[in-house]
Amino acid sequence: MIKIQDLNINLKEFKLRNICLSVEKNEFFILMGPTGAGKTVLLEAIAGLIPLASGRILIGEREITRLPPEKRGISIVYQDFALFPHLTVLENITYGLRFHRIEKIQAEKRLDRLLEVLNLFNLKERLPVNLSGGEKQRVALARALMVEPKVLLLDEPLSALDPNFREEVRGALKSLHQSSNTTFLMVTHDFVEVLSLAGRAAVMNKGHIEQTGQVKEIFEKPASPFVADFVGMKNLFKASFNETYAMVSGLKIEIGRIVDPSSHYVAVRPEDIVISREKFSSSMRNNYSGIITQINNQGFYYEIAVQIKDVSFKGLITKGSLIELGLEEGIPVYVSFKASAVHVF
Amino acid sequence: MKREPFFWISISCGLVIMAFILLPLIEMMTAPSLSMLKETIQDKDVVRSIWLSIYTAGLAALISFVLGTPLAYLLARTSFRGKRLVESIIDLPIAIPHPVVGIAILSIAGKNHWIGQILSELGIRIMGSVTGIITVLTLVGIPFYLNATKAGFEGISPRLEKVSRSLGASMSSTFFRITFPLAWRSMLIGLIMCSARAISEFGAVVIVAYHPMIAPVMIYERFEAYGLKYSQPVAVWLVSISLLLFLLLRILTSGNRKET
Repeated sequence: MIKIQDLNINLKEFKLRNICLSVEKNEFFILMGPTGAGKTVLLEAIAGLIPLASGRILIGEREITRLPPEKRGISIVYQDFALFPHLTVLENITYGLRFHRIEKIQAEKRLDRLLEVLNLFNLKERLPVNLSGGEKQRVALARALMVEPKVLLLDEPLSALDPNFREEVRGALKSLHQSSNTTFLMVTHDFVEVLSLAGRAAVMNKGHIEQTGQVKEIFEKPASPFVADFVGMKNLFKASFNETYAMVSGLKIEIGRIVDPSSHYVAVRPEDIVISREKFSSSMRNNYSGIITQINNQGFYYEIAVQIKDVSFKGLITKGSLIELGLEEGIPVYVSFKASAVHVF
Repeated sequence: MKREPFFWISISCGLVIMAFILLPLIEMMTAPSLSMLKETIQDKDVVRSIWLSIYTAGLAALISFVLGTPLAYLLARTSFRGKRLVESIIDLPIAIPHPVVGIAILSIAGKNHWIGQILSELGIRIMGSVTGIITVLTLVGIPFYLNATKAGFEGISPRLEKVSRSLGASMSSTFFRITFPLAWRSMLIGLIMCSARAISEFGAVVIVAYHPMIAPVMIYERFEAYGLKYSQPVAVWLVSISLLLFLLLRILTSGNRKET
């Protein structure tokens, strides 16, 4: 549906380099990446709001690279809602209609459906200033979908909302996606959103795409150290490889498989690491003893840093386990993880 | 709670400034007797010059609106090399002495300059004409319009325009449906400031056109010829009428205030 070929952008603050991306029709595709990666720039480029230095953009079979934004059939929803402050909710939602040839009956049907799905019936006559964040974002969604775009671009649509509104709008997004033919392309850095909404995703960093694939694939098989770090692989080490094990500054890590000789790194997700006071007798092939150097409270979890020789591993445990095991900084512990939990790239 | 000395210093300074602005004005406004005011406003020359002042200032504002709005928009929305320079050029008429503005205008409108020659061939006279008055008033007033309007445009998130475009609106539809309705209050303030500045102009006008006589020139002439007492009533009328007009403009346009 969306095909981006060798797209380059040179702005003062941002450069996008050789972006190639292909999104299927009616897919829910998510772009992830840290702040400053160029996600918003890419969205605005697709919408025609930023000039390209080179490259092509196709929607379906039609090339839209040189079309002005109003001729592309692409709607955009921003994090800060961007509602027209001088227009009521209803006027905001129907703003785009006058520029499209849509039959009146059909338009009314669509309006009713959007008002219902997004629960906006009672707000029709309000001005944006009198709406809550969640309500504003629902209006912005309705406005964007009212013109039945081929593609809906969403720029961190949930990140400015309170947690309880976030869930509600997320649910609305999901049901709107399922009940429409529109292709959704959303930017976010919230993994909950990625896991609950997306089919496929891409990770961007410093103006280029690091990895594209199924969400599961990205989380489980990061293609680069950056992606591994970004999706939460805290234990990322440079390694040399020998048969089925890796050497990380003198520490032998069993991988249980022959690896691609061009690999340079190993990584273990913190949640795959087991921390215990006694030596753990199990099928886990990697067992080490070390000293706890740091305990960080991360809300629901505690992140435990364990120093093993010259290597510092990070594991996650619940508060309950922390108390039960009596973990403190400076005490010796055992660290175990399966060979299959070791990612190599 | 005991107030700190700083609080009292702030209050005292504020009072001094208020008195400094208001005392002379109040004194001037209340000095002429009612009968003198009545007599003055029946003087055809006075009415003619006040009317001339108001409508030339109004036209200067209108010209600023037509010519200045696109430039203000451009400056608010784009960044380009030399933008600072353009902005400083716009502020120049505020900074240079007013008679210098008049002399500068005359030096290109004269017979020795090609612009002056073209103008005279077209039958346009700057020296001593209403056209000349409007020309200098526009020059001194337009920076105020540009700056206020530019600030107004800058206050509107470009994302609103981007969303409008993505919903199918062309650039011009977007301007008239989104940008203009959100910016017109700033534009109006710009117009008021521009025409207020134009009404108060004396130095530039007196160089370019002593006659036909705008109100400030008449006030000066009466002061020179007859003294304070005879210039005050004209001043009172000029100030009262302009204040009334600005007040009226604001009241007329503050109705159906949807957004706040």
